[in-house]
Amino acid sequence: MIPEIGHFALILALSLAVCQGVLPLIGAHRNDAAMMSVARTAALGQFVFVAAAFACLAWSFVQSDFSVAYVANHSQLALPTIYKISAVWGAHEGSLLLWVLLLSAWTIAVGRFSHDLPDAFAARVIGVLGLLSTGFLLFTLLTSNPFVRLLPAPLDGADLNPLLQDPGLAIHPPILYAGYVGFSVAFAFAIAAMLSGNLDQKWARWTRPWTTLAWLFLTVGIALGSWWAYYELGWGGWWFYDPVENASFMPWLVGTALIHSLAVTEKRGLFKSWTLLLAITAFSLSLLGTFLVRSGILVSVHAFATDPARGLFILIFLGIVVFGALGLYAWRAPELDSPAGFRPVSRETFLLLNNVFLVVAAALVFMGTLAPLAIEVMNAGKISVGPPWFEIALAIPLIPLVLLMGVGMHTAWRAQEPGPLARRLRVPALLAIVAGLLIPGVIFGRFGLLVCIGTIAALWIMIAATLEPIRSWRREPGTTAITRSVLGMSVAHFGLGMFVLGVTLVSAFNIESDQALRTGGVVEIAGYQFELREVRDVQGPNYAAIEGTFEIRKDGEFVGEVRPQKRQYLVQKNWMTEAGILAGWNRDLFIAMGDQLGNETWSVRIQYKPMIRFIWFGALVMALGGLIATTDRRYRLTARAREPARVELAESAG
Amino acid sequence: MTPRRQRMLAVGLAASGIMIATALTLEALKDNMMFFISVTDVVAGEYPADRNFRIGGLVVDGSMQRETGSMDILFRVTDLRCEMSVTYSGVLPDLFREGQGVVAHGRIDSSGMFIADRIMAKHDENYMAPEVAASLAEHVNEQTADLVQGGPECDS
Repeated sequence: MIPEIGHFALILALSLAVCQGVLPLIGAHRNDAAMMSVARTAALGQFVFVAAAFACLAWSFVQSDFSVAYVANHSQLALPTIYKISAVWGAHEGSLLLWVLLLSAWTIAVGRFSHDLPDAFAARVIGVLGLLSTGFLLFTLLTSNPFVRLLPAPLDGADLNPLLQDPGLAIHPPILYAGYVGFSVAFAFAIAAMLSGNLDQKWARWTRPWTTLAWLFLTVGIALGSWWAYYELGWGGWWFYDPVENASFMPWLVGTALIHSLAVTEKRGLFKSWTLLLAITAFSLSLLGTFLVRSGILVSVHAFATDPARGLFILIFLGIVVFGALGLYAWRAPELDSPAGFRPVSRETFLLLNNVFLVVAAALVFMGTLAPLAIEVMNAGKISVGPPWFEIALAIPLIPLVLLMGVGMHTAWRAQEPGPLARRLRVPALLAIVAGLLIPGVIFGRFGLLVCIGTIAALWIMIAATLEPIRSWRREPGTTAITRSVLGMSVAHFGLGMFVLGVTLVSAFNIESDQALRTGGVVEIAGYQFELREVRDVQGPNYAAIEGTFEIRKDGEFVGEVRPQKRQYLVQKNWMTEAGILAGWNRDLFIAMGDQLGNETWSVRIQYKPMIRFIWFGALVMALGGLIATTDRRYRLTARAREPARVELAESAG
Repeated sequence: MTPRRQRMLAVGLAASGIMIATALTLEALKDNMMFFISVTDVVAGEYPADRNFRIGGLVVDGSMQRETGSMDILFRVTDLRCEMSVTYSGVLPDLFREGQGVVAHGRIDSSGMFIADRIMAKHDENYMAPEVAASLAEHVNEQTADLVQGGPECDS
C-alpha cells in the first residue's frame, strides 16, 4: 500500500509541476496576477507530494519491503538502518527522486525569499523551475519508477553495493545534488531575465547569493566524493578524472566563472550576456553530467545500471533545455548592451581573464571526457584518456589563473594605477617566492619546476587573500570595515591556496610501495617503520573480514596503529578493501591489505601522502568563504525592507 | 576602453586561449591516450611496440601462478578466441579472480611478455568494461561453432 501511495504522490506532484510550470509563465506574459499567484502555492504543493513519495520509499526501505523491486535490489535485512535510509539514493531510481526533491526544495526556498522580486519576475523564475521539475518527474515516472512491485517478493534483498555502505557516501550524493540542482536556480533567473528582457544590476544582485549557495554545495559535494574515493576505493588516490568526476567538475568550473562574472555584472553592469551564457552553460553541464552517468555511454566506476531508454530521455531533455535556452539567448541577448567601460589594468580585466581560464579549463575537461566517445564513433579505435593527459591539459589554464588571482583581488574596479598596486604586492610576492622555494627544498628535500611553481602559487594566493582582512583588522587609515562579501572572497581564495598547496605537495612527494610482508615483518617507507603484527578474522554485521594490525613507528618511537581490512560482504560475496589510514594534518599513512601470498605472507600497499588533508580542508574553507559571502548585508537589505509591512499585518491580525 | 574594444579584447582573448588550448590538447592527446587492443590482435602481433596499451578479457581458469611469498603473478587472459600471458607485480584489485573480466595497462617487453603496470577489475560483479564485453562477444559464437580457444590461428 505504502509504495502505491508514493507512486500516486509522484503523479500528483507531476500535475502540480505542470501547473507551476505553465500558469505563472502565461500569467507573467499577460500580466495576470491570479495566474502568477499560482506559482508559490503549486511549488509548495509539489514539494509536499515529492517529499511524501520520498518518505514512502524510505519507509519501504526501513521496513525491508522486498516486494518493491528497487528495495529488493538495493537493500537487505541485515543492513544497518542508516544505510537502509541512504540506500534510498544508492541507485538510479531513488537518486533521481532525491534530485526532484531537492529541486522542489530549492524552488520553495526561492518562493520564500523572493518577496522583494517583482511579481512577474518571481513568477517566471518559479515557472521555469516548474518546467524543469516536470521534465524530471516525467523521467522518473516513465523510465525510472522506484515503486515498481516485484512479485513474488524475495525473502531477502540483494544488498546495497558494499562500496556505498559508508557514512561518507551516505551524505555525498544529497550535497552534490543540492549543488547540481542549485544551478537550476541561476538558470531560471537567466531565463526569466531573458523572457522579461530586463537584465539590470539588481538582477545580478538577486542571482548572486543563489549561485554562490549552489556553488558551495557543489564544492562540498565534490570534496566529500573525493574523500570517499580516497579512503573507500582502496587505491589512495583522491581524483581519477573518471567521467563522472569530470561531470561534476565541469559545472563547478563554469559555476565558479559564473560567480565571478556575476560580480562584474552586479558592480559594473558589464558582461551581461556573458553571464547569461554561463548560467545556461553551468546548468546544461549539470544535465550533461546526469546524462553521462545514467546512459552508461562512458565507462566509469560510478556508472549506474544502464538503460538506453533513460539515456535517450535525458538526451532529449538536455536538447530541449539547451536549444530552448540558447534560442532565447540568441533572440534576446543582442538587446543587452553595457554602456560602461574599463581600463586594461582593472578588476574587470582580471575577472575577464579568470573567466577565460576557467572556461578553457572546462572546455578541456569536456574534450578529454568525450574524446574516447568521439574517436570510437569515428571508428578510429578505442582509447582512454587518463589522469596524465588531464594533468597536463589543466595546468595550462589553471597555473596562470592562480598566479593572476593574487593580483586581481587587489585591483580596483574600472581603473587601477599599476604603481601603487606593485608597491603593495611586492613584499607578499617576495615572501611567497622565498617560502615556495624553501618548503619543497628544505622540508621535503627536493626541488622541481612544477613543485616550486605550485607551492609559490599556493602561498601567493594564501598571503594575498589575508592582506585585506588584516588591513581591516588593524584599522589602517583609509580602510573601511571589511564587508562580508570581501571577507568571504578572501576566505574562499585562501581555501583555494590550501587546496593548491595540498595538490602540489601530495603529487610531488607521495610515496607508494607494494610490499610482500610476513607476520612480524617490518618495512620502512618515508622514514616510518611499518610492522605487520598479526592478521586475524573479524565479523561485521553483514560481512566477514580479514584484519591486519600494523604498528607504525618513526625512529623507533610509536606513532600509531592501523587495522586495514579485506571484507567479504555476505550477500553479494564481493571482496572489498577497507584501507587503514593514520591521518595527520601534514601527512597520511595509508595501508591497504592485498592477497595472502601463502606462508603467512601478505601483499600490502603502503602509501605516504604528505599534506593530502589540505585538499579537502581547502575545499571546505572555499565553501565557508561562499557561505560568508552569501550572508552579506546587501542581499538582505531588500528583504528587511519588507519586515515592517509584515509586523503591521501581524498586529492588525492580532 | 570603449565597450566595442572591450568586446574585441574579450573575443580575442577567448579565441586565442581556445586555439592554444586546442593545439596543446591535440598534441598531449597523441602521447597520453591509450589504445585498447584485443587479445587476438596482440597474439597476431598487431600492437604498438614501444608504448603502453590496454588489453582486456577473462582471466583463464587455473592459469594464475604465483611463487609462495612473492608478489609477482603470472596469468593468462582470453578473449574466447586467443590467449596471452600477463605478468604483474603488486597488489591486485579486490575483484580480480579467475574466470572474471579484467583490464590491464602495460606493454610487451623484448621477450614478448605483457608486463602490466596496472590491473583493473571493476567493483561490480555484473559489470564488464564495454570494450572487453565487445571483444568477447565477437568470439563467443565462433567458440560454440567448435572453434575452441587457442585454435590453429592462435598458437603462440
